[in-house]
Amino acid sequence: MDLNYSQEELAFRDQVRGWLKANLPADLRDKIANYEELTREDLLRWHGILAKQGWVAPSWPKEWGGTGWSVVQRYLFEEECGYAGTPPLIPFGLSMCGPVLLKFGTEEQKKRFLPRIYNGEDFWCQGYSEPGSGSDLASLKTKAVRQGDHYVVNGQKIWTTLGHYADWIFCLVRTDSGAAKRQEGISFLLIDMKTPGISVRPLILMDGGHEVNEVFFDDVKVPLDNLVHKEGEGWTVAKYLLGHERMNTGRIGASKRELSKLKEFAAQQRKGGKSLMDDPRFRDKVSRLEVELTALEITNLRFLDRMRRTGQPPGADVSMLKIKGTEIQQGLTELMMQAIGPLAQPFKAVNGDAGFDEFTAAIAPRYCNFRKTTIYAGSNEIQRNIIAKMTLGL
Amino acid sequence: MNFDYNEEQQLLADSVRRFLQKDYEFEVRKKIVGAGHSEKVWGAFAEMGLTGIPFSPDFGGFGGGAVDLLSVMEAFGEVLVVEPYLATLMGARCVANAGSDEQKKAVLPQVVEGKLKMAFAFSEKGARYDLAPSAVKATKAGSGWTLEGEKVVVLGAPLAGKLVVSAQAPAGPSLFLVDAKAVKLKPYVTLDEMRAADVVLSGAAGELLGAEGKALAVLEEVVDFGTALVCAEAVGVMKFSCDSTLEYLKTRKQFGVPIGTFQALQHRMVDMYVAYEQAKSMACLACSRVDGAEDAKERARAVSAAKIKIADNARLISQEAIQLHGGMGMSEELKVSHSFRRLTMIAQQFGDADHHLERFARLG
Repeated sequence: MDLNYSQEELAFRDQVRGWLKANLPADLRDKIANYEELTREDLLRWHGILAKQGWVAPSWPKEWGGTGWSVVQRYLFEEECGYAGTPPLIPFGLSMCGPVLLKFGTEEQKKRFLPRIYNGEDFWCQGYSEPGSGSDLASLKTKAVRQGDHYVVNGQKIWTTLGHYADWIFCLVRTDSGAAKRQEGISFLLIDMKTPGISVRPLILMDGGHEVNEVFFDDVKVPLDNLVHKEGEGWTVAKYLLGHERMNTGRIGASKRELSKLKEFAAQQRKGGKSLMDDPRFRDKVSRLEVELTALEITNLRFLDRMRRTGQPPGADVSMLKIKGTEIQQGLTELMMQAIGPLAQPFKAVNGDAGFDEFTAAIAPRYCNFRKTTIYAGSNEIQRNIIAKMTLGL
Repeated sequence: MNFDYNEEQQLLADSVRRFLQKDYEFEVRKKIVGAGHSEKVWGAFAEMGLTGIPFSPDFGGFGGGAVDLLSVMEAFGEVLVVEPYLATLMGARCVANAGSDEQKKAVLPQVVEGKLKMAFAFSEKGARYDLAPSAVKATKAGSGWTLEGEKVVVLGAPLAGKLVVSAQAPAGPSLFLVDAKAVKLKPYVTLDEMRAADVVLSGAAGELLGAEGKALAVLEEVVDFGTALVCAEAVGVMKFSCDSTLEYLKTRKQFGVPIGTFQALQHRMVDMYVAYEQAKSMACLACSRVDGAEDAKERARAVSAAKIKIADNARLISQEAIQLHGGMGMSEELKVSHSFRRLTMIAQQFGDADHHLERFARLG
């Protein structure tokens, strides 16, 4: 048993760390550090920098631009990005649509879409959830009816993250409403967001931010060529995506960065003439979170090590990483907010007051925003269902 | 990076499990608990080499570390071994770390061969988890030392041939090797069914181990070692608790269906399982840092972090295991009520979560 990375792995980590230090633009780094909202251009700029370096889609096959890295290297790269505080790589193209096309797409579809995903020429979003279909995804109602050489799509998607930035959306739609089982009769369609009949309505979250949307489909014509895999077998595609190797689910690098920030920030706050970090009640909460994060990191490494040895995908292990990772992320935002005490209240400057402390004012909204993490990507209760069924056999 | 046991470790763990499965089966264990311990089992431990794992080959040992003991302690935890194994290892480790060559030669081969059991007397009344001794005083008497005072909750003391006692000497905290015959014991059974005693020293003769006044670093190291091992043992007890609870959920029927079909119970079972995995990770961390930390601070920080998590998760898993077993979980007849008692004590052994949170923060 050896918990340390090998010399080669450490050298790789240092190489990535050095490269990130030299290539992460200062303005983007500061925006992330100050909890500012990122624009479409910000996201695409960072995407472009990584694409040029050849690091934007490490897990793809080499012929399509993958790096050929080991699972450990891929994990290290993702965690180093998180720790350095890079803008996120938006997963809908690179980690969702891309892998789906690689697995189920025709040669033509791969050639048409993959290079554009790689280079960030198409911005993708995901059309899964519907107003009546959240955790119970298979109950979705958006309908696609075949008419000649195209489908006609009608219905509504919701919680469409960055749909307002997107050029394309991949959707689960119902192509056969008479199927015996609800999971049958669902198909996976690629839809150009510029197609007539699509409208996007912002959903403003409680932190005031615009990141999710409703997307309406009103007689939207989609060419038959845009069907991925077989008609009626979209559920297979969706399930593949859920089980796709995502070993950075715990977001450990980013949480490590937030933890050191929290410690530094709390040390500057005063309570009774002393640093807040000297208050045992507050300090113990920080320590407990740090211990949680250490436990998650070692657990993640154990799973990674097992994956490397057995060659098996992580399966329901990812659910555990999701549960613990998101609880830790939420804990960090909560303690940051607690650290500023009454100053958590100022939210937005009126009349553009020049002295308004934007950073402090972003802390409580961030706490609000992060409540989403235990809900999205399969709520933590759904993750528990998965573990109960897959791992425990209940 | 590698979390696998090597071949030797795996073979050892397998043979220990095979042995315990039969010779420490729950009904057999009941008899052992009644007697306090089993000489037969101890002999088998020595034969399998367990009593020699962490000691130098110079004294017949295998020169292993905490990581080599990890799988053994896990296996012990699964069947709730009550033998004074950890007590003996900790007492002997004091000798190995601080003793002279002569002292090591006199003690360690006997321990390795299974002929000598030991105990480590470091706790004092009212001192909670503070390791600096004050209630026992050591004074020089001719070429030796005499000890005066009382130690409490000395695990394994009633079974030990020799004790290592921490005491306040004129130059500061020191360690002494004391013959069990030289002390008076007030023996008892612990909640988790082990033998322990309060130890009264009234002018008992002691042999100084290491330099006078310099024992605190040794104490810290040996207690960290013991803490890491008890974390590993906890993982085994947790595994049993989770396995038996899962089994119960699948077989116990109410309202015409197995109770494991109820989501309220499924999610609680999942949380137990997640807690077990997290605990296992932390036990790995603690043991590997006891063996290979850069310095005492890195070791202490890892061990405290592990103990915080193990203490919290020991409470969660033990309490949930009883709750999910329903009334049956309360019964002494079921092993799960015994694993509850062990986990409850482990959560506080060598420092509870609060103690280690304080230490973790102090170490920065």
